[in-house]
Parts: sequence; C-alpha cells; structure tokens
Amino acid sequence: MAECGASGSGSSGDSLDKSITLPPDEIFRNLENAKRFAIDIGGSLTKLAYYSTVQHKVAKVRSFDYSGKDTEQDHEPPYEISVQEEVTARLHFVKFENTYIEACLDFIKDHLVNTETKVIQATGGGAYKFKDLIEEKLQLKVDKEDVMTCLIKGCNFVLKNIPHEAFVYQKDSDPEFRFQTNHPNIFPYLLVNIGSGVSIVKVETEDRFEWIGGSSIGGGTFWGLGALLTKTKKFDELLQLASRGQHTNVDMLVQDIYGGSHETLGLSGNLIASSFGKSATADQEFSKEDMAKSLLHMISNDIGQLACLYARLHCLDRVYFGGFFIRGHPVTMRTITYSINFFSKGEVQALFLRHEGYLGAIGAFLKGAEQDNPNQYSWGENYAGSSGLMSSSPELCPTQRARSGTFDLLEMDRLERPLVNLPLLLDPSSYVPDTVDLTDDALARKYWLTCFEEALDGVVKRAVASQPGSVDAAERAEKFRQKYWNKLQTLRHQPFAYGTLTVRSLLDTREHCLNEFNFPDPYSKVKQKDNGVALKCFQRVVSALDALDWEERQLALVKGLLAGNVFDWGAKAVSDVLESDPQFGFEEAKKKLQERPWLVDSYGKWLQRLKGPPHKCALIFADNSGVDVILGVFPFVRELLSRGTEVILACNSGPALNDVTYSESLIVAERIAAMDPVIHSALREERLLLVQTGSSSPCLDLSRLDKGLAVLVRERGADLVVIEGMGRAVHTNYHAALCCESLKLAVIKNSWLAERLGGQLFSVIFKYEVPAE
Amino acid sequence: MGAGWLAAPMERHGRAAATAASSAREPVPGGPDGRRREPLRRRANSASAPAVGASASASPSAEGVRRDRPGSYSGATSASRQRVESLRKKRPLFPWFGLDIGGTLVKLVYFEPKDITAEEEEEEVESLKSIRKYLTSNVAYGSTGIRDVHLELKDLTLCGRKGNLHFIRFPTHDMPAFIQMGRDKNFSSLHTVFCATGGGAYKFEQDFLTIGDLQLCKLDELDCLIKGILYIDSVGFNGRSQCYYFENPADSEKCQKLPFDLKNPYPLLLVNIGSGVSILAVYSKDNYKRVTGTSLGGGTFFGLCCLLTGCTTFEEALEMASRGDSTKVDKLVRDIYGGDYERFGLPGWAVASSFGNMMSKEKREAVSKEDLARATLITITNNIGSIARMCALNENINQVVFVGNFLRINTIAMRLLAYALDYWSKGQLKALFSEHEGYFGAVGALLELLKIP
Repeated sequence: MAECGASGSGSSGDSLDKSITLPPDEIFRNLENAKRFAIDIGGSLTKLAYYSTVQHKVAKVRSFDYSGKDTEQDHEPPYEISVQEEVTARLHFVKFENTYIEACLDFIKDHLVNTETKVIQATGGGAYKFKDLIEEKLQLKVDKEDVMTCLIKGCNFVLKNIPHEAFVYQKDSDPEFRFQTNHPNIFPYLLVNIGSGVSIVKVETEDRFEWIGGSSIGGGTFWGLGALLTKTKKFDELLQLASRGQHTNVDMLVQDIYGGSHETLGLSGNLIASSFGKSATADQEFSKEDMAKSLLHMISNDIGQLACLYARLHCLDRVYFGGFFIRGHPVTMRTITYSINFFSKGEVQALFLRHEGYLGAIGAFLKGAEQDNPNQYSWGENYAGSSGLMSSSPELCPTQRARSGTFDLLEMDRLERPLVNLPLLLDPSSYVPDTVDLTDDALARKYWLTCFEEALDGVVKRAVASQPGSVDAAERAEKFRQKYWNKLQTLRHQPFAYGTLTVRSLLDTREHCLNEFNFPDPYSKVKQKDNGVALKCFQRVVSALDALDWEERQLALVKGLLAGNVFDWGAKAVSDVLESDPQFGFEEAKKKLQERPWLVDSYGKWLQRLKGPPHKCALIFADNSGVDVILGVFPFVRELLSRGTEVILACNSGPALNDVTYSESLIVAERIAAMDPVIHSALREERLLLVQTGSSSPCLDLSRLDKGLAVLVRERGADLVVIEGMGRAVHTNYHAALCCESLKLAVIKNSWLAERLGGQLFSVIFKYEVPAE
Repeated sequence: MGAGWLAAPMERHGRAAATAASSAREPVPGGPDGRRREPLRRRANSASAPAVGASASASPSAEGVRRDRPGSYSGATSASRQRVESLRKKRPLFPWFGLDIGGTLVKLVYFEPKDITAEEEEEEVESLKSIRKYLTSNVAYGSTGIRDVHLELKDLTLCGRKGNLHFIRFPTHDMPAFIQMGRDKNFSSLHTVFCATGGGAYKFEQDFLTIGDLQLCKLDELDCLIKGILYIDSVGFNGRSQCYYFENPADSEKCQKLPFDLKNPYPLLLVNIGSGVSILAVYSKDNYKRVTGTSLGGGTFFGLCCLLTGCTTFEEALEMASRGDSTKVDKLVRDIYGGDYERFGLPGWAVASSFGNMMSKEKREAVSKEDLARATLITITNNIGSIARMCALNENINQVVFVGNFLRINTIAMRLLAYALDYWSKGQLKALFSEHEGYFGAVGALLELLKIP
C-alpha cells in the first residue's frame, strides 16, 4: 500500500550508447555559462537541468543631452538608440533516454567552462544507480534529493510560471488536450504520482505537503504483471499492445453476469464486474493485446477510484496526475480520465501537466538553488527554445516515432520582475486573456498560421534592415526564418504544443525566435523615426483640439486614439501601406476610419459618463509608437488630467513590433512635457505616472503584469482601464471582465477578422463597459 | 454438476401440494408491510461503478412481495396458535430454496424440514421426498456441486417449521445443466416458487422459463445480502457466534480467531467480495446504500492465478499462494529506500509496487508459480482493504464486515485485511468476518420466499 519514487529503475536502458553525436547548438545550449546542475534519472529517461546565462543584444534608447537649452530641435531623431549586450538568466532542461547518459555526461564535461560548481542535485530512482558515473565524469559531488519533495517543488513551479500548464484530456476530440487557465491560487491540490507505485500527496502551500495515501498497484504493476502475462518486455510496447486489445474478452462484464437484462435494470452492461474474471471461468487462450488492455483498465480504474476517494476525504477538486505511467501517453490519460469522471461523477477533474516529465528535475534544481531564491522571480517559457508537447498517438503525430530516442527541451527565462494579476480583474480565476482559441477553431487557426507564414518574409527583411552594420545579420535572419517557420509547421500539426494556441502565442513565439537570433528590436529605427515625426505634430494637434468645443473635442480625442491605432506594423494590411507610403498621415488615417455608428459603438454612453464626475485614476495600456502614443494617447491623457483624473500610462517592458516600450515612453513624455505645461506639471506632481507592464508581447495578459503596476493601481484606486489596439483589446481582453469601468478601443486592420466580427476593414471597436452593480 | 444429480423420479403431485399452491396465489395483504420502501434504498444508485460486483442498482421484479423483517421468521415458536395457522396458510410449498446466481458461483440454500408429520410424509409427493433425501444424504453432487456440511445450521425454526439449513454451491457455468435437470425432472409440477438473486437471476430467467417451465422470482442482490446477514447473525452458528475477528493477525504464533458480538451492528460497512466487490454502508436494517465497488475481486485473483500459474481451481490457487513468497515479486518500500521511507512515514515492509520486481527480466526468471500466486493474493487483498478503509473514512464508519466467497478457506486474505485495516487506520477500524461468508444472498432469497403468502 505504499509508493515509490517517480519511476522505478526498470530493465530498459541498461546498455549505454556511447556513439551518439550531439548537436551542441541545439541540445546542451549555453553550457559554457552553466553554473548549477540537477539531474533526475528515472526508469528510462534522464532529465538534466542547469542554470545558465544568456547574453543577447538589446536596443537601448537614450535621450540626447539638452543641457545646452537648445530648444530648437536640431536633431532629426528624438533620441539615440544603442545596441548593448545584456545578460539574462535562463533555466535549461533536457530530457533524453538513459541510454545516452554517458555520452551526455562526456559532452557536458567537455563543454563545461565554469569550475565553481561542486555539487549536482540528483533525484529519481536511477540517481543511485548512476551516482558513481556522474561523480566520475563530472567531478561533481552527487547530492541526493528526496523524490517527492522535488516533484512537488517542480509542480508548484510550473503551475505558477507556465500559463496553460495543466490540461484535461478529452478522447476523440481534436485536439485531445484542453488547457486550463492557471488559477491565481494554485493551492491546495492533490498530486497523484503514478510511478511504479502510486503516491497521493496533498499540497497545501509552497512548503507544506503531506503524503495522504498511495497504492501499490501502479505503473510497476502494469509493467511487471504485463511482462509476465504477455512476454512483452518494454513498457511502451505493452501500452501499444493494450491500445489494440479488447478487454471484454478477458474481463467479466455486468452483461456477462446479468445477461441482456442489464438494460432494463438501468445498468450499463459494459461495466467491468470482475477484472480478468473471464480468464478464471473459461478454458481458453487469451491474446496478449486483450490481456494488456484488461490490465490497463484494471490499474487505471483502481487508481482513479482511490484518487477520488482521497479527493473526497480531503475536499479537493484539483487532482494532477504524473509519473511515468501517465507521461504523455494518451492511452493512460484516457483511461485515468474516464475512471475519474466515472467515480467522481464529474466532480473531480483529472488534470495533466505539459511539463510533467520535468517536475523532478525542476524541483531538484530549485532545492539546490535555494540561496538564489528562484521562487521570488517570475519565469516564462521560452517558446523558441522549448520542444513543446507532443501527441504520442502516432496517427496524430507522424513525426513522433522519429523523435523518440532524441531530445526534448524546455527553457525558462527569468523575468526581470515578478508578475501578478491586475487587481481590477472581476474574477481572476475565470479570466482568459485570449479571445479566440485557435486550438479549437480550426478555421481561424488555418487562417492565422497562413497569415504568419506570409508575413515572415517581411519580418525577415525588417530584421536585416534593423542592423545595417552587422555582417551576419542576413545569416541570422535566415536562421530566424527557419526556426519560426518550423515552429509554425509544428503548430499546424500539433496546435496544442505550447498550450492553447492563440494569436498571442503566435506573436510571442515570433518575438522569442527573433530574440534568439539577436534581433532584439527590429523596429527600433522605425519607432525612432515615427516618434520624431509625431512629436513635431504634437502641439499643432493639441491646439486644434483645444479650439473645439467640449463635446466636439471628446469625439475628436476618441477618433485620434483610433486613428493613431491605424499605425501598426503588426497588421499586414497596414504594413503594406506604410511600407509603400511612409507619408501616410494622421489625417489620412482618420479618413480611413469607419463612420459612426461603429461596429461596436458605445460612444454615446461614454460621452454621458464624461458629463458626470471625473474618474479618480485611469490606467491606460498604450499600443504603438509614433502617431498612436503621441498624437492619440497623450492628448487623451491630457484631457483626463485636465478633468482631475490621475493617469497611469503602462507600456511594455521589452520591445514587440512597433509597440512603444517603457523606456521610449519616458523619453516621449519628457519631450512632450517640454512642450506642454499640462503634461509637465502632471509628471512633476505625479498625477501622470509612467509604468512598465512586465511584458514584451504585442498582446496583453492581465493575469501576468508587473507587480509595481499592480501596487500602483491599488494605491491610486484606479477606476477606469483603457486598453487600445487590436493585440490588446481584440485578440486579447475583448471579453475580459473588470470590476471597474473599461474602454476597449481598436481598429480592425485585418479583413478576415473584420469579416468574422461582421464588419469591414478599418471597422471600429469602441467598447465602453460599466460593471454590473 | 452433471445433469441428473437430483436423480429423483418425478410423479404426480399430491393433494396437499395443490391446496397449498392455490393459497399461495392469495392476494398480497395491504398495509405498511406490503409497501415497497423505495426511497432510502435508491441512494444506492451512486452504486454502479465501472466495476460493480454485479449488483443491481435497479429494483428487481418482485412486485407485491411482502417485505417482512428477516428476524420475524424465527419467532414462530412463541406465536399463538392463530399465528401459526396464518403462517401455515401463507407458507409456501416445499421445497424451500434460496438461490444466488453470481458471476462465478451459484449459492443454493435448502431448508430441510425435520418436523414432518406422518400425515405430511404420506402426502409428500415422491419427487419432493427424493429431493430432500438426495440433498441431505450427499455432500457432493455431480463433479462440481458441493455441500458445505460444516456450515449447516441445525434446528432452525422458519415459518413455524423446524429443520436444518443446508448450504450448497456449484459453478455458474453449470447453470444450464441445473436448469436442464429441472426440466428433466419436471420440477415445475411442484408448483414451487424459485426465489433467486444475483445477476444470474436475470441472465438465466428466460432459460428457467423456456427450458424448465419455471418462473423465477428475481430479487435484488443487495436487499438479499443484507437480509441474509442480519438473519444469520441473529440465529448464530449452532450456538456459536457467527461473527468473528482476528487478534494479532500479523503474528502466525499469536494470531487468534475470536468471536465478535455484533450487538450494535449499525452503522456497518459491508464489503462483499465475490467475483467483483461491492461496498455497502448499512445504517439500519432497511436503510443502506451502495458506496462503491471495484472490479478487482475474487474473479481477478483466480483469473490472474490461472493465467500466471496454470492452476484450475480456487483451492489450488490458494494452496499455491500459501507456499509462495510475494516479496520476490513485489517491490517493497525497503527495496527502494533501503528501509523505511521516513519522509512519508512508510514502513520498509510495505509494498511499494505490486509485481514491481517483475519489471526486471532476471527477477522474472527467479520467481516460482507459488510466489506469483501469493503476490496476486496479496495485491488483490491489499487493494480491497485500501478501498474499504477509504470508504469507511468517508462514511465515518468504524466496523467493516467482509463477506463473500473470496474469503472461503482464505485465512491469508482475512488476516491481511484484519492487519491492513488496523495498521493503516492506527487501530480505528476493525475488520470483521462471518462464518457463512458467501451464502448471505441465497439466505436472503430464501427469506423472501417465505414471505410469499
């Protein structure tokens, strides 16, 4: 009735394969700077974790020195851009078959430069077995860590840091995985680890967890008993046998006992009354497939039943399953899910984890890194460096066969700042940032994937153009193209590879890939120029606005926000125009806008609201550089300030497309303040505050925002949230419910999307929402 | 049980039989006793599991059957003359059988009247007499029918009649032969009612009718089980206690089987281990629910043993198990951690992974069939204990009665259940057993028969 570790040391993987040649660019990346190791050796797979630093270029902006009081703006560009090297922290995880362990250790030894490392944290059933080998090869002392402690630490880590980490498995649906939004509070939960035995652990806080039970009938029973019954030695082969078998030939079903009358009794005749019951009553041979299937059902049902009993006793409804019995095997996920649904009558959901195989390694690493407080940071999955989830069902993933025997990777970037929920979300636990789930919506998926493929040439061209002085820019850009192209192809076949596929994840993946090849900010020069041009127009635009009467001005301000929004390199229809006609002006943009009534038009309600008392504090998420932020957002901000409303202006921490970054916004604000007394005094009196979002995405996830922003929002009592732009207000947050007033503004610059929403290109979304009393 | 094990010539039935038969068709008396007590029991719908031990979650077709309390059947001796008379009228014809047709075994209880008057003897039809003689003078019927003589209950009073209760079992796959025999011997001419429970009551109903011309009265499995247990416990075991427990179950030297007085039976967790397992929470004699069930039961133990060892009988499987060593097959906590796993308070001797050692080729080659049989027994038993314990905790019940034919001659399993329950509940739960382990459903069916007026 007990449990053992993550995985038993099985019979496979005993012979070591030394002949493998490792592609260093792809497998053990950044090994030179690796400074801390952890290893989790299971029955057949080894997971290696190491902490390393990545040096990459970042574009920095810096204000010119105006100490000479040179009010005449001699300089054409409003600020300088310099490319600097920056070092960021990254966690690397590599999973490979135990057969390659020696080759891998040799490889690490040869490439490891840093000699400060003295210890390697090890966990898993095989840690003992390979202890000497590791110590000899790496000259590191092996520090054994408790298996379950590591698993739970790892589980907490992925649940906190990886959105869409958990999923439910749905058989016969396409895709099979349905991802869950991370609950803001991950505790308490039940972790059912199915290794050779089963451990059921209740996790209450980061450091408090309790073994509440277990079962000896687990993966080892399936493997051991299966090997005896079928003479099939390998776990995977047993699962394959099982997936072809008919358990009804071996099991005694209710209908076998009741005959046909189970129907009139309201019994499901297919229920198993007695596992292997027929092998006791009939004098016959049974096929390997049928016995394996019966065994699989027996074990899965039993585990599911016990898990439900424990969940009920401890009043828990979140149950995560892990261990080698589950690990990516659709067959076992299906049977466990079925069992849980059956026994809990739908009250408990069987949840699985995308990075389940890495939990032990992550936990062991975290144990060893406790002095660095890795938990005080937020981490983000790097889509460029991670392999993503594979379907192991061969029909769904034809490439899978070829992949077994190679390497699986996970990379996590340490984020500069901790990320938290926006305190203004109505219900953080049900907030879903993305408007359309492309994993679900095959039509939309097809469109967007094609759209991103078609846009790739342009992105490559722009990337090269952004680094005219670099000799290898073209070469790197080509590598970027390959990498992103491959990602898109993977996503066509496995849209679930990185969690729920969304326009946001496609955009983010592109940013990660660009960064990977040292194109930190391909739009830096474009943004610089746009900002310069727009700044020159600022005063003219503001005086024109000031000349209008109040009501006219309000509409003009909103139109300005929308027109500014047309300037967007991210949208294909616009980037075409911009590329061919750089003089495309602000007024011209306004003309492009749809006439009122807009596609979504609650302007009337907004105007009414403006006639009432001023808002206390507005939180504005800015979108594009140049015209958008300078001629659209700032005049709007200015009006709010004049009404007595404080303003928090939030811009991205890192670059994404032509979105204005926080550091750019600081310079822009400074330049505007120099021209405009309203902005000037507001900045000085801290009625206008510039903050960073913590994000580098053209979209907006309100559940992962910079902690400083959240603190400020709370302190100032923000009662209005303005979100502008297609990425932030349409692709994401279109349905976001807030507990204060909100304004979502965008121009639909994509004809397909416009059509989907029932409008045309350049249709306007003006969504003003007041939460229900 | 080959056809003809009831080798009795069938002749015309006597006058007395005909009279009684007509009285058996009297209308069912109304009043509270005649009412079905549906609502409470329907909670048992939480019942069905992918692994039900073949238990009905819907009501069987015994509409209008009077639901008297089981205890009342033995009280006739003290009843008034009038009462006896009314009993006599409502009393069904002999022979009195109760049948429980399970997935693997058919359990048959037979009441042998010992107070037959000379007059009765004379009127008794030949076939009836020969059935009585045949059943009571043999202990084995055909090649597979067995009478558990040691279980016989002597001098029982049922419906005002004194007699002995016999317990007979045969494999379910011999059911067709049994029915054929009923036809050959013109059983239907006795105008008796066959009360049957278990899934087979449904499965074989049509065969009974078309082949044997016999109408089955189908009864709910769980109703019968509970009635049977309560009744048998109330009459005791020929002066001894029906219920017992084990003291020091883990210690072969000190282990003792001791009587247990089930004077406060409620609430009670009832774990019926047949081919599959049903677990019931019983709150009073007519308030119970099916909590859950598992498909890992006696059928699994025997089925896996057949596949792993080539054994052919349950007895053989148990005998092999008694000589085996499961620690060669199972991976224990100490095999992984070298001793206790202190972090989680797990003792080194606990099984971490059933059959876990069998992942290794060398170890597969080193185990005997006996070891495998033992490991199968330990695996199934531990699992049942574990599920029962969780149910007891969830239902807040601390006495657990294990019944069912899996426990027949299976001291290893009983002692393991007793130990596991005690150990993992830190002494909070008590495992109880009952001498007539597998026959309660059949007894319940017989009791139902006797309520037929």
